[in-house]
Amino acid sequence: MTTALEVRSVSKNFGALAVTQNVHLSLERGARHALIGPNGAGKTTLINLMTGLLKPDQGSIILAGRDVTSFSQEARVKHGLARTFQINQLFKGLTVIENVALSISERRMHGHDFWSPAWTKSDVLDEAMALLEQLKLESDALVPMQQLPYGRQRLVEIAITLGQQPKVLLLDEPAAGVPSAESHIILDAVDALADDIAILIIEHDMDLVFRFAKSITVLVRGEVLVEGTPDEIAQNAEVKAVYLGEKVNG
Amino acid sequence: MTMSEVQPPSLPTNSPKVSPTQYMHDRVRWRLSEALPWIVAVGAFWVFPNYLVLGTQMIIMIIFALSLDLILGYAGIVSLGHAAYFGVGAYTTGILSAHFGWNEPLSGLLMGGMVAGVFGFASGWLLLRYHGLALIMLTLATSIMLYEFANVAEVWTGGFDGLLGITIDPIFGIFESDLWGKTYYWYSLFVLFLVFLAVRRIVYSAFGRGLVGIRENTKRMHAIGSPVHQRLVTIYVISTIIAGFAGALFAQSTAYVTLDVLSFSRSGTVVIVLILGGVGRLYGAFIGSIIYMIIEDELSRISPEFWEFGLGLVLVLVVMFFRRGLLGAAEDAMKRIRGASS
Amino acid sequence: MPQFLEAAISIIFDGLAYAMLLFVISVGLSITMGLMGFVNLAHGAFAMAGGYVTVSLMNGLGVPFLPSLGLTFVSIALISIPLERLVYAPLYKATDLDQVLLSIGLVFMAIGAVTFVYGPSPPSVQMPEFLKGQIDLGFKVFPSYRFFVILVGFLMIFLLWFGFERTIIGAKIRAAVDNRSMAQSIGINVDRLFILTFAMGSGLAGIGGGMAIEIVGLSPTFAINYLVLFLIVVVVGGLGSLRGAFLAAIVLGIVDTAGKYIWPEGGAFFIYVVTIAVLLVRPDGFFGKEHVQ
Repeated sequence: MTTALEVRSVSKNFGALAVTQNVHLSLERGARHALIGPNGAGKTTLINLMTGLLKPDQGSIILAGRDVTSFSQEARVKHGLARTFQINQLFKGLTVIENVALSISERRMHGHDFWSPAWTKSDVLDEAMALLEQLKLESDALVPMQQLPYGRQRLVEIAITLGQQPKVLLLDEPAAGVPSAESHIILDAVDALADDIAILIIEHDMDLVFRFAKSITVLVRGEVLVEGTPDEIAQNAEVKAVYLGEKVNG
Repeated sequence: MTMSEVQPPSLPTNSPKVSPTQYMHDRVRWRLSEALPWIVAVGAFWVFPNYLVLGTQMIIMIIFALSLDLILGYAGIVSLGHAAYFGVGAYTTGILSAHFGWNEPLSGLLMGGMVAGVFGFASGWLLLRYHGLALIMLTLATSIMLYEFANVAEVWTGGFDGLLGITIDPIFGIFESDLWGKTYYWYSLFVLFLVFLAVRRIVYSAFGRGLVGIRENTKRMHAIGSPVHQRLVTIYVISTIIAGFAGALFAQSTAYVTLDVLSFSRSGTVVIVLILGGVGRLYGAFIGSIIYMIIEDELSRISPEFWEFGLGLVLVLVVMFFRRGLLGAAEDAMKRIRGASS
Repeated sequence: MPQFLEAAISIIFDGLAYAMLLFVISVGLSITMGLMGFVNLAHGAFAMAGGYVTVSLMNGLGVPFLPSLGLTFVSIALISIPLERLVYAPLYKATDLDQVLLSIGLVFMAIGAVTFVYGPSPPSVQMPEFLKGQIDLGFKVFPSYRFFVILVGFLMIFLLWFGFERTIIGAKIRAAVDNRSMAQSIGINVDRLFILTFAMGSGLAGIGGGMAIEIVGLSPTFAINYLVLFLIVVVVGGLGSLRGAFLAAIVLGIVDTAGKYIWPEGGAFFIYVVTIAVLLVRPDGFFGKEHVQ
């Protein structure tokens, strides 16, 4: 079984508005896939459908060969599907290391233990520290989240997700709001992730997309317009017309 | 989101000398200053022998406020109906004694907590799916419904006139209740101590950190696979058991239960007490209860409307200027003094 | 006439009068909460204050009942403006809990101050002759004051409906309730709009307080005793919804009256059962906008 995540003919309507129409998408193990499209194409909706924040009206979501369409968000996370958010979703009142440790502790099912002091006996903190080192955040470990600069908060956003040891990782505009001079730090961090993790990235910065992705899906008005390698997408006349044309206008 | 004012303890930040593990250990370790409330409580027994009845009521309020701090301060659940569980605890213990002659105090106390916990489980399981204003209104309506129900169930509760005929056996079969409230002072203090030990452990556990996670960002907790509803129900049940203990102690120490134990004003009072002392910081419940009850005692001796006006003014000022409560304000002041001297 | 039918008519009539009172007081709260999302528990205090203004005008200055209600509206509306600017405005972005606590603090201050001035016992006022009698509808006799209250209620809903649906300001308010940032971005001054709505809503609550004297009685603790009912009307109806508040007031007014008629000791029970049931099924109330996470 090499397909990590499969979206099978999924549709979703908000009232009369069809935000996702019969979308097929498949991520192989170790995939580096980008999902692009103009604003309002339904990219974040598609991620929400994959993670279970939304339920599709039709179609199914297959995670590592198992139909998880009826699974809750939590259950899908337990089966290896993790995401980051376009807008930071952090634990602002906690320190950086606690943000990451919380995620690791939930993965290891320590969250039910209401008696022993948190994370002092196991190596949760060591693992959290290792993750922070991987993202070059180790010097910020004890800094309260609120005091961290935005670019580094963006890295913590990813670190929390990595604490889940995902098999499939969905990155919703990881470099959003980060000055372009610094966005390579985030992409380097993503690049350095283990080869067997399937990664789906939503990104507006085409330089980042073409540098990172091995395959690309273009979504327009909730439908898949075309899917292919970066070269194929770059050469595709339809994409130029619809997507790039709109980008120039917008 | 809810209470980002409550910051993690201000231990050395950025200092390479403290490892994260050390930091976690340091946080849980008992500090010397933590002995202070207990020294004060024990000392008060000899210093204020005429105020032991008031002292007992303060201790009961502290227990009740601690129970609210677990859900409000740590998990971010705003409830305007927490008196429901205080009242269920009080009526359980009272009815067991008045109607069934179950006068043994320790088992009566336990029963009060357990029955409150059962109510807490039922309502928490149903209500904790809701958020924001809907949740506030649901907790409020649930508690008033219980109030009206207790009013109607006159046969059991004594209705508006209150439940009479509660007699409590000597504690451990030895310590009789006395006119000055000495016995119940020690008894309540002992219960408070046990409750506090439990609450302190829960707060610093992985479960407790998870609750703070829910308070700070529920959406993210879902996204890291945390069973949020189950966690909330668990802490709600623990909290309602403790509130039930507080109510049971109240019934035992006054040997009289009125509808007031279930009232909206009691739900409001405990929230105010906690806000006054400081939310989500364990000792806020202590400071808040003591200050509140002293001011209440003093001001309402002048006249009830002074008390009402003063309480309102304090609330407005706390919310507008000292949002982190008296303890938080004291902490900030200390920081400023230290900052100026270094 | 069969006894059952007679009872039903009494319940509907009395329930309607009660409902209109609830509506007049609650509607302002609903709109302001929909507009700014401010959980204002002090709204009942405005009603209570309005009641005492009416009492002072009538008993102190000898102003007749109807002009007193008008003056009450104006004075409560005026008092509420500086309060909104100085105390409420700084907390618009605060949490529900902060708003609840601040406004409950204001309630306590109001109760303390009014008790200090007027004492704790309920005041009474002399109603004009035409409101004292009974009106005979052929099959049954009804107190004319309740007719008056129902009349005022329907007049208010008509005026509000007109103001909301047929005027520019109403359109702006509706736009701002629906989507505040969008309204702001097309140049609507939401702050000014809110001051206006807040003042109108408080003034209406004041009138409600004046009318309440002869129906449910007035005392300083009116501000807190009926607070829960006003909140229920707002939340069950749905924040910011005129028809929601109207429908909720009628449902709750009639349920409460019927409950107390059928079962005098335990009647207050029903209204909370209905509230919980409605909120469990529709957490945003009858006509509240759904919160998309």
